[in-house]
Amino acid sequence: MRFITDRKRAIGMGSAKSGTDHFWRVKIQSFALLLLIPLFIFTVGPQLGNSHAEVIAYFQKPFPALVAALTIAVGMFHFRDGAQVLIEDYVHGLAQKITLMIMIVFSYAVAAIGLFAIARLAL
Amino acid sequence: MADVNRGDRPLSPHLSIYRPQLTSITSILTRITGNALIVSVLLIVWWLFAASTSEAYFDIANAVITSWMGDVVLSLSVFALWYHLLAGVRHMIWDQALMLELKSAEALGWIVVILSIALSALTILVL
Repeated sequence: MRFITDRKRAIGMGSAKSGTDHFWRVKIQSFALLLLIPLFIFTVGPQLGNSHAEVIAYFQKPFPALVAALTIAVGMFHFRDGAQVLIEDYVHGLAQKITLMIMIVFSYAVAAIGLFAIARLAL
Repeated sequence: MADVNRGDRPLSPHLSIYRPQLTSITSILTRITGNALIVSVLLIVWWLFAASTSEAYFDIANAVITSWMGDVVLSLSVFALWYHLLAGVRHMIWDQALMLELKSAEALGWIVVILSIALSALTILVL
């Protein structure tokens, strides 16, 4: 007799292995970006093409800096999880694992560079 | 050897045999727009990084981003952004098991297409 419940035996055995974790994470990111993206478009957008001094002065204000930082951070996590699904659909085997690792590390690098730049501008 | 072909069979959903429909086109566009947005993210992060580094470096990034090439990329990205955002809202509606019938699903598809074009035009006009 095994002292294990039926449920416990089933956990992790589905094709996704991890239940709805990925789905739920993406949904929370989407919810956040639903507000952040329009704010990002209309705060960062008008700055493109402005002079260096104007851009620095703008990102020294807390609201634009926070919107940009949050959008880049949440946006890159969203990219990581979305691109993961894309790669899982079209790349298989060892190539899939390698592509996933490169893509995830790349996402973190882009987020880090963006956050570093905003911190330097704002502070 | 019943399963000699294991792992080498064609995978569902056999995209090539489907007639293109509004629902399938709007679905694949969601994926394309979402992933393509990495191009403008890189462009804007580079621009921010240049701004935080020096005025000389900023002038280079600023010139690239305001060139006609930059305008084309950013205009397409504005559309991709609105389209992907609205398609995401459509998925949130579907996740509640609402509007999944063919008729309402197709209506949502048209709303996403038309509204994203309208919002893109408005955004490009304002910015």
